[in-house]
Amino acid sequence: MSNEPIEQQTVLQRILDDINLIMCLCLVVPTVFYTLWGVMEVATIPLGK
Amino acid sequence: MAITTAQSPFRIDPLSGLRIDLQAQALVKINAVLAVVFLLVGGAAGLLVALTRWPAVHLLPADMFYMALTVHGIVALMVWIIFFEIAVIYFVSTALLSCRIATPGWAWTQVWLMVIGAAMTFVAILQGNSSVMMTSYPPLEAAPHFYLGLILFAVGALIGCFVFWGTLVIAKEEKTYEGSLPLIVYGAMVAVCIAVFTIASGAIILIPTFLWSVGLIKSIDPMMYRVIWWAFGHSSQQINVVTHISIWYCIAGLIFGAKPMSEKVSRTAFLLYILFLQFGSVHHLLSDPGLSSVWKVFNTSYMMYMAVLASLIHGLTVPGSIEVAQRRNGYNNGLFEWLRKAPWGNPVFSGMFLSLVGFGFVGGITGVVMSVEQVNMIIHNTIYVPAHFHGTVAGGTTLAFMALTYFLIPVLFQREVIMPGLAKWQPWLFGIGINVFAIVVMGAGTLGVPRRHYDITFAGQALAHEWPGLIYMMMTVGEIGAVLAVVGGALFCYIVVGSILWGKKVPADAKCIVAPPADAGGHKEIGAGGFEAPGTFILAMVLFVTLVLYYFVNFKYLATLWTLA
Ligand code: HEM
Ligand SMILES: [Cu+2]
Repeated sequence: MSNEPIEQQTVLQRILDDINLIMCLCLVVPTVFYTLWGVMEVATIPLGK
Repeated sequence: MAITTAQSPFRIDPLSGLRIDLQAQALVKINAVLAVVFLLVGGAAGLLVALTRWPAVHLLPADMFYMALTVHGIVALMVWIIFFEIAVIYFVSTALLSCRIATPGWAWTQVWLMVIGAAMTFVAILQGNSSVMMTSYPPLEAAPHFYLGLILFAVGALIGCFVFWGTLVIAKEEKTYEGSLPLIVYGAMVAVCIAVFTIASGAIILIPTFLWSVGLIKSIDPMMYRVIWWAFGHSSQQINVVTHISIWYCIAGLIFGAKPMSEKVSRTAFLLYILFLQFGSVHHLLSDPGLSSVWKVFNTSYMMYMAVLASLIHGLTVPGSIEVAQRRNGYNNGLFEWLRKAPWGNPVFSGMFLSLVGFGFVGGITGVVMSVEQVNMIIHNTIYVPAHFHGTVAGGTTLAFMALTYFLIPVLFQREVIMPGLAKWQPWLFGIGINVFAIVVMGAGTLGVPRRHYDITFAGQALAHEWPGLIYMMMTVGEIGAVLAVVGGALFCYIVVGSILWGKKVPADAKCIVAPPADAGGHKEIGAGGFEAPGTFILAMVLFVTLVLYYFVNFKYLATLWTLA
């Protein structure tokens, strides 16, 4: 984080500099769109009789 | 040259000007050395595999082939790469931030866990009943210590990620840097974020599989396994991509004094990776039944292109920054003087640039095209797939790691590189060999040669199959390329180990080898036609046109296969 006052930084720069936010995004986004969605796809395959 | 402070001793490295924490230095060294040792093991197994797939040689018997293939996949892809990555994240977070390493005790735990884990899995494979290949898909079952070793290895790597994160926190608190994280450390931070997702996914799937192998769980659903395993298997490749891109930026700065063309654009590209890169996992499941096309297409054909965009940005800004720096330094004539006059005999540069070109043209283009659901049907489970990922993980990541090693030997190990004449050629040997292997075998894959296959002729079986002569020729030429790559890889291991053991000590008053920033007092008016980096722009256009043409060729081929043309 730089020393300049917060309001001089763009929102993008603040997002980029927030490493904890980056970590959270990195864990949540693929978990939702890849893992959970994918697991639901497999879980809802009808069982063969 | 060690300046000892009460807390932790540092030394100022004369070659790089970096202030290096001695504890971190020891940890980077041990991780890098272990990495190289395992590269040698993985490469030897690769040689055995390649010599078996070379039709006229067909070296190993079938059971040994699958054992060697399992060793090669696990040791080269996971053990070599991850040990080296730990070395990289420790190096950049301490040396580039002038910071001490957080919790060195835990970092040593990381080393031990990863060594014990890797050894355990390695032994399990050599015992002969764990030839399940690196994907270890159930219902194939390995010995329990095969999975346990992988789990310990992963826990070790996770500890390494925490040590890195802790170091960032310390650096910020102790104000060892100002403003935002430097771009290279930023890239490493992104790699670590992806690593945490990767390891968590690995744990979710490997722990139950371990319990299954000891009989505590009745069965593992193969489809469920594939979905979650690839969250691990694919994401781990993304750690590699992000790490080697950070190394490209790093080497461009070291050798040319290059500055990223735009910090913000490069960082935003890293953010795109965070948001979109892992969606690519689906490209391993495009031919799987039971999963909807909506999920497949959403992940690979929409979201993943945002990550591809990020790769194109890095692919443009890294050579672009080199071009700008070279032009400022006076190589401003024509379109490509900056590239012709680059230090091609320096393995740090040649390794990095060959990695960039190989990753873009061989690994990258094929990866994007085969991630299209329809095209994937042509190449699914063919040897095209290993050909593609040797373009990424061997020609791209491994070569970039080799290049960085030539910098780390003098700076961290404080030894001169032995046999500089051969070291000059080493990246070329490995780079050309692996790309010949990848490109030629890719052709064989497009024509249907399967991957992971002991004998494509099924000799002596009821369903014996004769392939056209072209196929045998392609497999032969491809594997000759593979052997060349092994020679390049072995040479690398020899140079590294030799330099560390008997290389000349770097004198304490050695001259700095890092280039000063290129914009200080250099030429102001650079470039041509309104572009600062016109040569790079043309190279990027060539890449783009190749991608589009290759895309078209594959759809055309698909249409003829289905006789729709
Ligand atoms: C040193 C030169 C290398 C040679 C000669 C080589 C050769 C080969 C060959 C012939 C295959 C088998 C393809 C098949 O039959 O399906 C293979 C597979 C593989 N290689 Fe390499 N390779 C090399 C380097 C690397 C490196 C550096 C990595 C990783 C960083 C790597 C990762 C893999 C993986 C993951 C597989 C797939 C294993 C599987 O299907 O389970 N290789 N390699
Ligand atoms: Cu993948």
